[in-house]
Amino acid sequence: MADAPSGRSLVVDAVTHRYPSGALAVENINLDIKGGEIIALLGPSGCGKTTLLRIIAGFIAQTQGRIIIGDDIVDTLPPNRRAVGIVFQNYALFPHLSISENVAYGLAARGIDKATRQREAQRLLELVQLPAMAERLPRQLSGGQQQRVALARALAIKPSILLLDEPFAALDKNLRLDMQIEVKRLQRVSGITTLIVTHDQEEALSMADRVAVLSHGKLEQFGSPSDVYDRPQTLFVNTFVGSTNRMPGVVVSADRTAAKVRLDAGAEIIARPAGGALAEGGRVTVCIRPEHLQFVGGETGFAGVVGMSLPLGATVVHEVTTADGSGVKVSQARIGETRALENGAAVRLAPLAPSLANAFPATL
Amino acid sequence: MGAAPASRDVTTYGMGLAVPLALFFLVFFVAPLLQLLWLSLHNDTAGLHWGLGQYLHFLTDPFSLGVLGSTLLLGAEVTAVCLVLGFPIAWLYQRVGPRLQTIIILIVLLPLLTSVVVRTFAWIVILGRQGIINATLQSLGIIDTPLKLLYTQFGVVLALAQVQMPLMTLPLITALGRIDPNLDDASCSLGAGSWRTFFRIVLPLSLPGVIAGCTLTYAAAITAFITQSLIGGGQMLFMPMYLYQQASTLQNWPFASAISIIFLLAVLAVVSVFTTLGRMSRGYGGA
Ligand SMILES: Nc1ncnc2c1ncn2[C@@H]1O[C@H](COP(=O)(O)OP(=O)(O)O)[C@@H](O)[C@H]1O
Ligand SMILES: [Mg+2]
Repeated sequence: MADAPSGRSLVVDAVTHRYPSGALAVENINLDIKGGEIIALLGPSGCGKTTLLRIIAGFIAQTQGRIIIGDDIVDTLPPNRRAVGIVFQNYALFPHLSISENVAYGLAARGIDKATRQREAQRLLELVQLPAMAERLPRQLSGGQQQRVALARALAIKPSILLLDEPFAALDKNLRLDMQIEVKRLQRVSGITTLIVTHDQEEALSMADRVAVLSHGKLEQFGSPSDVYDRPQTLFVNTFVGSTNRMPGVVVSADRTAAKVRLDAGAEIIARPAGGALAEGGRVTVCIRPEHLQFVGGETGFAGVVGMSLPLGATVVHEVTTADGSGVKVSQARIGETRALENGAAVRLAPLAPSLANAFPATL
Repeated sequence: MGAAPASRDVTTYGMGLAVPLALFFLVFFVAPLLQLLWLSLHNDTAGLHWGLGQYLHFLTDPFSLGVLGSTLLLGAEVTAVCLVLGFPIAWLYQRVGPRLQTIIILIVLLPLLTSVVVRTFAWIVILGRQGIINATLQSLGIIDTPLKLLYTQFGVVLALAQVQMPLMTLPLITALGRIDPNLDDASCSLGAGSWRTFFRIVLPLSLPGVIAGCTLTYAAAITAFITQSLIGGGQMLFMPMYLYQQASTLQNWPFASAISIIFLLAVLAVVSVFTTLGRMSRGYGGA
């Protein structure tokens, strides 16, 4: 195959960036990415994702730290000598050049002759399934097609790293899924180390080999999708990735693997100290996902009153108000005829397993 | 009748609103122009004998043709100077912070805020025999005798370029501002250096602004009566002054009218070349 796996490793080594305005956009970020991996940079808007991407591409010189691609420290290289391909959120196709000229642009910059350029552009357009569009102008293409062209253009220079900044944000839902599959397919074929910036957690979890979660310029967690989802290391990760119930409580007793917590809602449960050891008597926030709560009988668990029940297709979500007045959501799989809960019914709830309740030291 | 009556209210405009302006144009622009044309078609100053004599006279007279040629050339030189000096200013404007942008826009607009007469006299002070330039060069010992700057083509081009600069810079600033800054980054990340990015991306995409700026500067430069006459002095004659002499001094109204019409057609020809180039630039790379 022409595109032999060309992915080079990428190391972000203690990178900090402060804008001249004084804003600290990223702070001491460390990422060690293997050649050929797909990584998602996940975080809310304004957390520094784009800044980090632009540092890797060379558009911004970081205040501190190093960027290492393969065996080379690239900090002194300008963007046009880093061999980093970028797909911009708005695609940034050259509006006055035809599709094939857009795709061949990087090859022309390398002084490759016209015949080879055209052949290569055509091959790439076939790769992204747009072989018939070569002579059109960008504005004559739909959003999804423009994005495929942007991908082809970035791949044409055979980059060692491919960066995508919120690549699917502007697409509608069906097209987004198509393009996510397409990008994943192209990445498999080319083996290019790929970094996708996104604020959409589903996108990050479904596309990436590993997910780096950022908040306020800091790296919160860097791990596999199941690590991030099932074993979050910080309260931020637990609440930002997936939905969760946050229940305040006090530590009764704790060791390294389990903590007994007295919830304000009125029950003692066993939880996992997710962010490190917990102090006895300290206040904590326990996170339990809606699908990890169950209705129990007898006197176990904590009590609540059912407010509203929302049937959401395969699951039913119940809103339950607990004794301390806070609301929790419980998601129940719809197996056979799930017994409908009446508004106002008194119920008791407990986590499915102690490992599914994560306790974090409460922040003030 | 209308196939889609529902959309009629959106697509039809009240033409009545344009009537005052249309009347104004008719009375103060079209009518004088027709009068000019009518006058120019007479062979005698009294306007009694019809004929194309005035046009024949102009087109066979080397002196008149020389004035026309030097005027058109002057416009081209001023436009070229404005483009070469104005483009970097517009380019810089798009790349500096908001505070510097305010300063640049102020400097660009300043010439428009002072009277053209004042600006022109300032240039006389700068370019004169004992002017700032000659005084400086002499005190530095670079020259012994003063350079002749005033009453030269060089002086006229320089002064006109300064006076007309906003007409070039403002359209360029607008055109460059419309270019998505990501295109620069995209070009760079694809391996292009700054010169390739400039010639392949920035320049082609700013062409509409270049054309607009050139058209405005050109039209303004060749008709700039005051600056042309004050800096050019008696030895240099351009079309506006030629026209003025024929009409006011020599009272030869038919010939002055013919000069006007010929000048008008020459300017229209140049402007339509610019416009054609502009239309081509919009379809640039479309093939
Ligand atoms: N050019 C800039 N100058 C000053 N501050 C900036 C600039 N660009 C971004 N910032 C700030 O840096 C932070 C991170 O921005 P950004 O990297 O764009 O976040 P994200 O892409 O995650 O939305 C934000 O607080 C933003 O206001
Ligand atoms: Mg961003």
